[in-house]
Amino acid sequence: MQGTSIRACLARKVSAALLFTALPIAAVAQTTPAAPAVPPVKLGIVTFLTGPAAGPFGIPGRNSAEIMIEMLNAGKVPAPYATPGLAGAPILPKFVDEAGSSANQVTEFRNLVQRDGMNAVVGYISSGNCLAVAPVAEELKALTVFWDCGTPRIFEEKPLKYVFRATPHATMDNVAAARYVLKKFPDLASFSGINQNYAWGQDSWRDFVAAMKALAPKATVDKELLPKLFAGEFGAEISALLTTNSKVVHSSFWNGDLESFIVQNGARGLPARSTMVYTAGETAMFRLGAKIPDGTIIGARGPHGVMAPDTPLNKWFRGVYEDRFATSPTYPAYHMAQSILGLKSAWDKAAAAKGGQQPSIDEVVKAFEGLEFEGPSAKIRMAIGNGHQGIADIAYGSFRFNKAEGKAEIVDIVRYPAECVNPPANMTSTAWLEAGMPGAKCN
Amino acid sequence: MTGLRILLGAVILGGLGAAAPFTPLWLISLVTLAMSTGLVVCGLIILWRGGLVPFGQALFFATGAYTVALSGRWFGLTDAFLLIGLAVIMAALVAFVVGFLLAQYREIFFAMLSLALSMILYGVLVKSETLGSTDGINVTQASFFGLKPRGPGYTFALFWLALGMVFTAWVGVSAYLGSVAGQLAGAIRDNEIRVEYLGISVTRLVHLKLTISAALAGAGGALAALSISHVDPQMAYWTTSGGFVFVTILAGAASVPAAFLGALLFEIVRTIAVALLPGGWQLILGSVLLLTILFVPEGLGSLMIRKRAAVTEKGAA
Amino acid sequence: MITVIAIVTDGLVYAAWLFVVAIGLTLIFGVMKILNVAHGAFYAFGAYAAATAIGLYFDRGWPVVGGYLAIATAAIAIGLVMGYILERVFLRRVYGRDEVVVVLITYALFLILEDVLILIWGTDGRSAYQPYTEAGSFTVGGLPLSVYDIGLVGFAGLLAIASSLAIKRTTFGRLLTAVIYDRETAAAFGVNVTRVYTVTFLVGAVLGALGGALTAPKISVTPGLGVEVIVLAFAVVAIGGMGSMEGALVGALIVGLFRAGAVHLIPQLELFSIYAVMALVLVFRPQGLFSRAQPRKI
Repeated sequence: MQGTSIRACLARKVSAALLFTALPIAAVAQTTPAAPAVPPVKLGIVTFLTGPAAGPFGIPGRNSAEIMIEMLNAGKVPAPYATPGLAGAPILPKFVDEAGSSANQVTEFRNLVQRDGMNAVVGYISSGNCLAVAPVAEELKALTVFWDCGTPRIFEEKPLKYVFRATPHATMDNVAAARYVLKKFPDLASFSGINQNYAWGQDSWRDFVAAMKALAPKATVDKELLPKLFAGEFGAEISALLTTNSKVVHSSFWNGDLESFIVQNGARGLPARSTMVYTAGETAMFRLGAKIPDGTIIGARGPHGVMAPDTPLNKWFRGVYEDRFATSPTYPAYHMAQSILGLKSAWDKAAAAKGGQQPSIDEVVKAFEGLEFEGPSAKIRMAIGNGHQGIADIAYGSFRFNKAEGKAEIVDIVRYPAECVNPPANMTSTAWLEAGMPGAKCN
Repeated sequence: MTGLRILLGAVILGGLGAAAPFTPLWLISLVTLAMSTGLVVCGLIILWRGGLVPFGQALFFATGAYTVALSGRWFGLTDAFLLIGLAVIMAALVAFVVGFLLAQYREIFFAMLSLALSMILYGVLVKSETLGSTDGINVTQASFFGLKPRGPGYTFALFWLALGMVFTAWVGVSAYLGSVAGQLAGAIRDNEIRVEYLGISVTRLVHLKLTISAALAGAGGALAALSISHVDPQMAYWTTSGGFVFVTILAGAASVPAAFLGALLFEIVRTIAVALLPGGWQLILGSVLLLTILFVPEGLGSLMIRKRAAVTEKGAA
Repeated sequence: MITVIAIVTDGLVYAAWLFVVAIGLTLIFGVMKILNVAHGAFYAFGAYAAATAIGLYFDRGWPVVGGYLAIATAAIAIGLVMGYILERVFLRRVYGRDEVVVVLITYALFLILEDVLILIWGTDGRSAYQPYTEAGSFTVGGLPLSVYDIGLVGFAGLLAIASSLAIKRTTFGRLLTAVIYDRETAAAFGVNVTRVYTVTFLVGAVLGALGGALTAPKISVTPGLGVEVIVLAFAVVAIGGMGSMEGALVGALIVGLFRAGAVHLIPQLELFSIYAVMALVLVFRPQGLFSRAQPRKI
């Protein structure tokens, strides 16, 4: 008796939980024109809603997903995406917090697919979570689009069938950074790096050093600093950098640590001695404004944000995003938008091959492989990782604070073609870097 | 522990195993993961009864998990039983070695030192770029005596394996708690010096308890690694240890089955909290813990025992 | 030479920060025997309150000097409010319960407060750099140093002296010492232990908030800030001896200098440095450096 009543109570709780989460979704669904014939496509969206990565990445990603889904459902996205929903089917999103251990993420992924019946999942900022979820996505045959994680390992360790990543991986960020640095400082004698002591920081630094070795074999490494993630206090590291003669300091810091580091090193005059290179600097530049010294080299993990070209799609995207959220979209917003647009392109293509009928997941997967589509900021080609990993152009530029308008700007923008900064399809990024980047086409 | 109770336990777990094919797969995965936590909590109960609360049990949990991942990666071992056996041995071995140090400590110092040790392992793992640093590494899918079930079959196989481990742990831990060494736990908690006067080395006893609890944590880590198919340094971080202590509080030290029920409840509360309030699930989790401590101080297990006692009394009357 | 100067100054700056963060924790532990995980929440709330206060203050264009007062006021206010609520509503119910249970209460409170923080301030980072950047910098032996950082070292020194005097010279300090040594005997002699507990907890909370508030101008104040601080502060307190003020000071100095040395000389070790020092100290001095031997009770 006891057992059944507990179970009944639990069932009530679970259904209550589902009901509550359904409410906001229902509200979104109501604003879209009814298309009664086609059942909706349920889309799980996983992004940091709490924790340190929520502000810089998670929330812009969620905002971008919210607005893209709403606009797609309404058929209001400009060409070539002007048809409503995914091949006519409205999208029903369900948002899940990415905070918590990778065990939690695997559990919640199973819940999304097996309990909540999601047709596809767009998710994950943390590379660790991407790596943990990938085998489960394969096991469940669940179409999954990773939207922001950077590690090249996803498709290099084993081929995957149901997992895609439209967003290029992080090797590109650091190869392009090296090229840009050497364009500014052709005779660079030595450089240093300060990166967070976890996978992202270690990988970024390793790739940057390898690219520098290939492009400027004479340049040496002065200091290699790897402070703890979220250390917040970098006094000792800044002193260590001040004691070197490095012209250039590489850093893949993001948000909290990045802003703290910029303020602290500014107060102690580090930028007067070394030019700083922030590969993920774009998320912080509007918040810090004049605190960032002019000439600082800024990356945006793609040609996103202010470095994006002036296409109609980009103008539209910036317009609706700024109207709704009263702030400019930073690169995570672009990553999310291009991931959802990739999914839509694949879906529409698969449906077109079927005479307009809703495609099966396997058909979408087939259509997604090797796909080329337009993102708001660049053309994405699913060219490597057996057609599952996107490559795109990337841009780097130098920061300038426009005092007249009180606005942060990027100048001296250099755009590198995808083939110039990405490994070819048959090589892993590490092997490609170690071999001196053979086959890179930069013009 | 009587034969009857063992039989009862076997029947209940057997029933759960038989019900698996009729249960949604996500729930089976969730229960399997909860059981891995339950195994760790079982070990914590042994320590807790002796008045010891480690804030670094994740050390042994992560040792077990990484043993599974690395045996597969380096030596190509895939047999689940072999992997779990290795994980248990490795975790127990680590505990045996650090036990010479840890067993000297009590109270908050025991907690802090175990925390420091687990954070050192965390640091080593984060530093190991070949092991993927914080991104961790995938675990190859296991085989079971040469059988290689895939898809849902794999989920079932792991679930049955987990049930077997739970049964073994339950019988073993109950037997230990009932033994003289186990019964002395309360005495150690109350007054060590008196126990020493009985001619028993408290340090050796604590060392043994630590090793047993580490073996259980290693088993839990191995099961978690197999069921998540991924390991990462977060498994050694202090918040993971905090989670284990959390469940122990929720369950209470009164009974072994409560450890597993507590772990299951924790996992369910967490997953519902995530669904209910994606941006505030920690708030719910924290509130549940707070209310448990304030209103059910002996843990949920004590409710079961109280109930049983009430039934027995009624029967006697 | 410049490296030596750098190690010493960096070590001192870091130690000053650690000391301010750890002293509240060790005080609460010494008097109340509570290992207060919610200390991380005091720190985080202090940082957010200070960031908000600095923002409001400098938006009005008021003189810089007052900004430092704004920091202190914000920290004291939020520390008092939170300390009072936590002590009155939750901790008072569990005095006398098992130490570990009380730790878990504070752990639960910490989890809750982490999310409350997001509910109040949102997930976006906050920044309030003016007090830090306006303070300027000066150069010693070719190494530019921040005035604010050196000011922090001075503040930590004053705090150490003040707390030592307060304990040795004031009536309340003597009562405190009595409670630290033996709560029951103190109570038997008529010390109002509950009142001592309340005051201690409030002071501890204010110190935790102050730690966060003083750090706020140097960093981007983001969610999750408190998690990192707890374990660090624990380590410092464990090294120095739980509940000992001198211990917190010496522990902070050891960790600070050790870490600075590691960053400059062997950066690979930085990640382990604190835990390695802690394990090492505990191996040789299980009760920490400055702890009294406990009498055996049969």
